Amino acid sequence: MNSLAQQRRTLPGFGLAMGVTITYLSLIVLLPLATMLLSSLGNGPAFWWQAVSSPRVLAALRLSFGASMAAAAVDVVFGLIIAWVLVRYRFVGRRWFDALIDLPFALPTAVAGITLSALYAGNGWLGQYLEPWGIKVAFTRLGVFVALVFVALPFIVRTVQPVLLDLDKECEEAAATLGASRWQTFRQVLWPSLAPALLTGFTMALARAVGEYGSVIFIAGNLPRVSEIAPLLITIKLEQYDYVGAAAIGSAMLLLSFVLLLVLNLLQRRLQRVQR
Amino acid sequence: MSRQPQRALTEGPWVRALLISVALAFIGLFLLLPLIVVFTEALRNGVLPYLAAIREPDAVSALLLSLKIVAIVVPINVTFGIFAAWAIAKFRFPGRSLLVSLIDLPFAVSPVISGLVYVLLLGSRGVMGPLLQDWDIQIIFALPGMVLATLFVTFPFVARELIALMEQQGNDEEYAARTLGAGGWQIFLRVTLPNIKWALLYGALLSAARALGEFGAVSVVSAMCAATPTPCRCRSKSCTTNINFRQRSPWRRCWLCLRW
Repeated sequence: MNSLAQQRRTLPGFGLAMGVTITYLSLIVLLPLATMLLSSLGNGPAFWWQAVSSPRVLAALRLSFGASMAAAAVDVVFGLIIAWVLVRYRFVGRRWFDALIDLPFALPTAVAGITLSALYAGNGWLGQYLEPWGIKVAFTRLGVFVALVFVALPFIVRTVQPVLLDLDKECEEAAATLGASRWQTFRQVLWPSLAPALLTGFTMALARAVGEYGSVIFIAGNLPRVSEIAPLLITIKLEQYDYVGAAAIGSAMLLLSFVLLLVLNLLQRRLQRVQR
Repeated sequence: MSRQPQRALTEGPWVRALLISVALAFIGLFLLLPLIVVFTEALRNGVLPYLAAIREPDAVSALLLSLKIVAIVVPINVTFGIFAAWAIAKFRFPGRSLLVSLIDLPFAVSPVISGLVYVLLLGSRGVMGPLLQDWDIQIIFALPGMVLATLFVTFPFVARELIALMEQQGNDEEYAARTLGAGGWQIFLRVTLPNIKWALLYGALLSAARALGEFGAVSVVSAMCAATPTPCRCRSKSCTTNINFRQRSPWRRCWLCLRW
């Protein structure tokens, strides 16, 4: 790799592109986020802590992060199976199922939420069969989980698919000639390449699920301290003109997501080092 | 497939059947079923009420507003995405990975927070609020606020697609063009752009999809208009968020068809 000075001499436009990027980034993302962090401390750190540690906020944060992690974990398992089936096997309607994966991207989140709650409500298509068994999905915590599973699925499938497509068939063939069983080949040849992709997918799914609002509020029922998610609490505070409170919850969410992403990134780095 | 799959290179028939049925069952339960519900709910009363619903003035104005936001947001995202990708993929500089993570930042931020930050910055009681009021500029609860919140949310889509592709392609073709005496714009228009056009289109589509479907961010920037008497532009706004399911799903359907 040649030096930066050399590159700058050869290809033009570094200054312009860099300037535009940093200006735009600062105006649209960094400045507003910094404003939120500052105004969350508007009434002092003690107030911030008080706003964040109230039982209602704690319950909401716990639900948001807990349900997101559970949903992302379930999606990792099924997302891997789906990606595997879509890439490796040929069956009728494969392309249609493949296209369907993008549905949560394409469907507006509010429509998704209303659809899911119509599906799982006591008189809905699925709800009427589940409710006699004592399983209530709509308007409970389970509903939050179901909505997040729906929202996060494409992130896993769409990160794993290209990696699976890219894998060299030769490695598997070599493993087979050396007498490895299919499961051994998967475990020792395929898994090390798949694991980083799965972790990336998990991270993206988690990040998206934690912040999800539109699809969750319609199915959650939004009972305070039971099925109320943190983003909803922010909008409630805003409607009460409690700007500092809203900013406090927002900054707490941001902080928690940051810590989570940091841990996952470190894990990712370790995985890649082991692989090498 | 041309050649017979050998035993050691694929799973046994039972495992295959099991995996396929698990995958299809999951897709069916979580993706196909909701899609069917959208269609049946939209067409429950037949085709005529469906057509009437999308012609209602509220629905039309909400639709127009959404399209207006997309028409503003997507070109800005495309422009910015190209600049960012050029700086990041074509050059190596200190702090490069930091810049990449900053560009990805909006992915990790809740849409609600992205609405909140603009209310805090530009709302009437926000940091810049008094200044904007003096100049009589309305941003929050109006079109500019919705555009800003949508920009924040859809910010990484184009840049991400382009950076991944341009890094993989490398600089060789641009260097070649340079040695042949091409100028900056010539290199970009004749060499780089043809190489990245599909990724650019895909990124633009993704950000348009997200812009059309975004609910959290936009509803925060406009949420309070139901409670407080703010300018009437709000009314058209509240339609985008409050518009009922059956009115909304028809044009969603057009969108889904477009996408596939």
